[in-house]
Amino acid sequence: MVESRLVRVGLRIASGLVLAFLYLPLIILGIFAFNESRFMVWPPPGFTLHWFGEALANPAIPQAFLNSIIAALAAVSIALVLGTLAAMGVQRFEFFGRDSISFLLILPIALPGVITGIALSTTFQTFGIDFSLMTIIIGHATFCIVIAYNNVIARLRRLPRSSEEASADLGADTWITFRKITMPAMRTALLSGALLAFALSFDEVIVTLFTAGAGTQTIPVWILSAMQRPTELPVVNVVALVLILLSIIPVYIAQRIGGDTVGITR
Amino acid sequence: MVPMTTEGPSLASAPAPSRARRVATWLHARPRTQLRLLLAAPLLWLVLVYIGSLAILLLNAFWTSDSFTGKVNPFDWSLDAFVQIFSNDVYRTIAVRTLGMAVLVTVTAALLAFPIAYYMARVASPRMRRLLVVAVLMPLWASYLVKIFAWRTILQGNGVLAWVLAPFGISGPGTDELMNSWLVFTYLWLPYMILPIYAGLERVPSSLLEASADLGARARTTFRRVVLPLVFPALVAGSIFTFSLTLGDYIVPDLVSDAKFIGNVIYDNSALGQFPVAAAYSMLPILIVVGYLLVARRLGAFESL
Repeated sequence: MVESRLVRVGLRIASGLVLAFLYLPLIILGIFAFNESRFMVWPPPGFTLHWFGEALANPAIPQAFLNSIIAALAAVSIALVLGTLAAMGVQRFEFFGRDSISFLLILPIALPGVITGIALSTTFQTFGIDFSLMTIIIGHATFCIVIAYNNVIARLRRLPRSSEEASADLGADTWITFRKITMPAMRTALLSGALLAFALSFDEVIVTLFTAGAGTQTIPVWILSAMQRPTELPVVNVVALVLILLSIIPVYIAQRIGGDTVGITR
Repeated sequence: MVPMTTEGPSLASAPAPSRARRVATWLHARPRTQLRLLLAAPLLWLVLVYIGSLAILLLNAFWTSDSFTGKVNPFDWSLDAFVQIFSNDVYRTIAVRTLGMAVLVTVTAALLAFPIAYYMARVASPRMRRLLVVAVLMPLWASYLVKIFAWRTILQGNGVLAWVLAPFGISGPGTDELMNSWLVFTYLWLPYMILPIYAGLERVPSSLLEASADLGARARTTFRRVVLPLVFPALVAGSIFTFSLTLGDYIVPDLVSDAKFIGNVIYDNSALGQFPVAAAYSMLPILIVVGYLLVARRLGAFESL
């Protein structure tokens, strides 16, 4: 230990404060989900489960959940295939322009969502493509590719070529080697990439707003519109609490499947 | 290690190879073709769907739109949109405000992230460290809108903050203050800053810090001359998120303040049928973010993502 005792105590206090900053808003929102009053006045006058029933009775909410899940599953599938292909190409071969590819891949996620959204929406309109769940999926897949790519390429870098070469020497062809050697080695990387990509797609609101038709609502789109209607706020609280609790699942899985899932891109 | 299939290694006695096998053999001798097949689909998607869309957006900036219906007239070339942007001070004010906010949020997030990242990487026990990683990850996965909504309930007139401040005779901030955006942006992007810095600090070998101390450097000197330069790429990696996410966001300023940001201008103009203006103004964040990414790549931040 190089750090003095004083520094260590100071760091502990600072960490506690940052954690409090991160969690207090979520806890307060959780409390409001049980608020007896229709108005969001602090402190709540009393507690009730009434709004949970109201949320269940609202048909727009399960429909929005379903749309979100379908869009995320489809976007993740596309992104996994494209991201894996790109990662294998970039990792296994030397070629001109190799460095530009990682730049090209990161662009859809680094550029503001409003740019991605407006560009895609203009293009769809220019080519007369109607907005639907399909256009949402295309938009989401585009910014999810880099997630799959980053996860897979990080894994491939650590996978020694020798086991694939040994497989080839033993007479396995490209497909068998891929299925029996490369694929199993990539499995957890693909899973953690899929989780993160799913979460990003499930949470995306701006690109979705630009690429969704009038009739198609995902969960974030529903929350955004319900937030503007004061009468729906108690139900928004309930949905918000459910979403906060749901976010434990991916974190738990990510922790179980491995050390290299620090979080953001790999 | 590999359980082989029916085909044995001696091909002479084997039946005629399957088609899949023939393709594999053919490909094996042609690495260039393999590369093309691997990259064709992802590059086609990115270039056609994404770069193509950006190009169409760029073209729209140079076209006119019907002032009545708001429909863009393709190939009716004009610089009107750019003239409008450069002749109106509001667009410059908003650009400066947004850039200033992106810098402010990045600096604040870095200052808040460093102590906890340092604690996680170098002071906490391994068990505590794992717990803290999960604790920082959790809010990252929680919905973006839910977090903004949480802050709205805290900031609003009858919210928690007003209740806390009331005994001191101070009224709550309400949901119209520009500085609310600073608070909420910092809150939203803080985990994106903590995690890369933590990963960067974890890679700094203890022996280097001990060596620096052995050579007579004080803690502050060691921090400035050994730790900071080594984690700098990680800090830049975190700043890519804090900076570019703030730069384009229009939902936070819309929901917790009444100030307009670059994203609001783009969104409002596209909604109001001023599409060429929206497209022209989009060039600004694109140029800034691409420039930022190029600098970040030079500083080695891409390896720390």
